[in-house]
Amino acid sequence: MWNKRKEEEYPPKSGPAPAAPANQTKENPPMSTAPAASHHVSDSRGPAVIGKSVMIKGQIFSREDLTIDGEVEGSVELHEHRLTVGPHGKLQAGVKAREIVVLGSVHGNVEASDKIDIRKDARLVGDIKTARIVIEDGAYFKGSIDIARPETTKPAAAPAPKPVVSTSSPANAAAVSAPAGDLNR
Amino acid sequence: MEPGSPPLYPQSRGAASALPPQTRASHGLEQFFSSIQDQENLSILDFAGASQANISFITALGHRIYSNDIVRTLEESFGNDGDFVANQSDPQRAAAFLRESLDFPENSFDGALVWDTLQFLAPPLLQDTVDRLFHILRPQSYLLAFFHAEEKADTIPLYSYRIVEPKVLSLTPRGQRKAAQYFNNRSLEKLFQKFNSVKFFLTRDHLREVIVRR
Repeated sequence: MWNKRKEEEYPPKSGPAPAAPANQTKENPPMSTAPAASHHVSDSRGPAVIGKSVMIKGQIFSREDLTIDGEVEGSVELHEHRLTVGPHGKLQAGVKAREIVVLGSVHGNVEASDKIDIRKDARLVGDIKTARIVIEDGAYFKGSIDIARPETTKPAAAPAPKPVVSTSSPANAAAVSAPAGDLNR
Repeated sequence: MEPGSPPLYPQSRGAASALPPQTRASHGLEQFFSSIQDQENLSILDFAGASQANISFITALGHRIYSNDIVRTLEESFGNDGDFVANQSDPQRAAAFLRESLDFPENSFDGALVWDTLQFLAPPLLQDTVDRLFHILRPQSYLLAFFHAEEKADTIPLYSYRIVEPKVLSLTPRGQRKAAQYFNNRSLEKLFQKFNSVKFFLTRDHLREVIVRR
């Protein structure tokens, strides 16, 4: 989000493309270089990041995945996206997202429409509402967990709904979770 | 905490975590879950701290779980300085502990898995804690607690309790700790005298399982 805003405020100019390098060939026409370069930058930068030296008080809305490694007081909403609270992240906030991965500290109620993943050494104090939860041994959690049941689309024909909560053991939890290296994407 | 003795939680964790978990049958746990079978959307209080096993087991039954590592809260409340047991007599610290651990409205829960945590509470705070549990549990609900039954033991083992099946537990050692006091059946009946009934299961491994009906 933060990174992207810069791009939105300063979109690539539609004027003439930058001069082609001296060794430019006809098989690689100059017109394609500017947009392609811009697109490449956008894809490779990964999720938006609030760095560990940043502190924000207020509301955060995001329409893309977000990693918070700094401090946030207020609220964070990424309804269709994934929020990662990095190891240095400290949230005093209500959080809503599709998927939430906690490696740092969260104090506030948390709602994930898909999954919450609380990693080893993470700290979460607050009530959780989610469809699935993975919690690693060593994580500290204090609060209630409410599993939201999926709505059955075919009530007459469908079999009895099974609990959607992850049944993986703590040992398997890490395997289910995305690798921590995702943060560095 | 006694001067010179290890803290209740952090120091004991390192050495103990090397020991493998052990499983054991639990009639108390079986009775606890049979009391809530065929019901859904209940609120269960779990003092074991958050674990995938307990969360998955209880939420898969259709219930809500409230998770709190009470041993850790005890350590944070009373174990940072001075004598762990004497610190529990400090009214301000005791009030802070109760506020931190059991500050819920009346009739908030349909069951409580207290495990072995009450053994580490000194008498004045222990009774306040049990009274608070009585307050936050709904009538007819059950509380499961464990008490070490070996009277002459200097220290008693501290465990993390994980639910494997409705009557099987996995116990991960967290070290050894001196209990605040020894409980026999009579003292337990007195402790839970406000409750409707108290039932004991004495096991082979010196653990007294107590199921208490609110």
